Parts: sequence; structure tokens; C-alpha cells
Amino acid sequence: MPMAGSEIETAIKSALPEAIVVLTDLAGDDDHWAAEVTAPQFAGKNRVQQHKMVYEALGGRMGGALHALQLTTKIPT
Amino acid sequence: MSDTNTRISSIVTGSDVVLFMKGTPLFPQCGFSSKAVAILEHCGVSYESVDVLQDMEVRQAIKTYSDWPTIPQLYVKGEFLGGSDIMMEMFEAGELQQLMDEENVAKADS
Repeated sequence: MPMAGSEIETAIKSALPEAIVVLTDLAGDDDHWAAEVTAPQFAGKNRVQQHKMVYEALGGRMGGALHALQLTTKIPT
Repeated sequence: MSDTNTRISSIVTGSDVVLFMKGTPLFPQCGFSSKAVAILEHCGVSYESVDVLQDMEVRQAIKTYSDWPTIPQLYVKGEFLGGSDIMMEMFEAGELQQLMDEENVAKADS
């Protein structure tokens, strides 16, 4: 079962409330996503830690239900 | 399980640069792995690749080893660096090349 874009956004925002999530449906199939996540919680974390925070928000679905998520993390300026 | 972890440890410390991927550098089986290979080729460094599709134990254990849910995974001098998105970000910022230089990673034979 793929994970719909709205679910991805909801999951990320519930873990990182102030996050700005920009999703792009890469293949037009509601299954291959690019996400750009901008969140103040990323401050002071390295890239691996930032990505892990997003993966954690997705609750273990990354690599499973969510096969392909191209992720970029940013700290708001 | 712990045997597999020991095996992973010896793989990631056995070479300066190790890429866990799906498929091989010549025949990557996934777009993200293919991207990771292309980045390493651009950096011109010598690297070891491990095809997790040929090793189910490593395929599962590597995710716990690094606490990272996806493949590919890049290790430099035994340290987990990230997946293909982080590799691309670092490469575009010139940080990956810089890190390879700083770590004195062996260049690829050309």
C-alpha cells in the first residue's frame, strides 16, 4: 500500500508542528515523492539527525509503505 | 544478528569508502542506488560496494546498524554519512569532495 501525499504531510506536521512541507509527486503515481521539509527543530542537528527526525515522524513506514521519498531538510532563515 | 553486525563492522572499517546498495555499480537495481554510484564516480574515489540484494542478513541488519531505514548507505572511514539525498546535498555543496580529501581517501584508478 503506497502512502498518499496528504498522509505524509500530516505525519510530518504532527511530529514537527511548525514544519513547512513541500511535496512533489515525482512520477504522478502518488507513490514516489520528493519532500522538502523546513523546520526550526532541525537547528543544531546535522543532516543525518534531521533526516532521522523526518523518518521517525513517518513512524517506520519509510522503506516500507513509503518506498521512495527524496528528502531535503532545511532550517528556516 | 550480532554475527551480522560484526560482519558489517569489518566491512565498513575494511575500506575507506563503502556503499551499501541494491545491485552493483554497473547494474544498479534502484534509482537511489544509481544516483549514489554516480556521485561517487564524480568524486573519483575508490570505493567498495555491497549488494544487499545478494545478502538478506546484511540487508536487514544494516538498517539497525546505522538506525537508517533505507538503502543506499554510504560509509567513510567506518562512519555512516547518509543516504543518496544527503550525498547529493553534500556533493552539490562541495562538502563531499572536501571530506574525501580531508580523510585522504584513495582515488579511483582511471
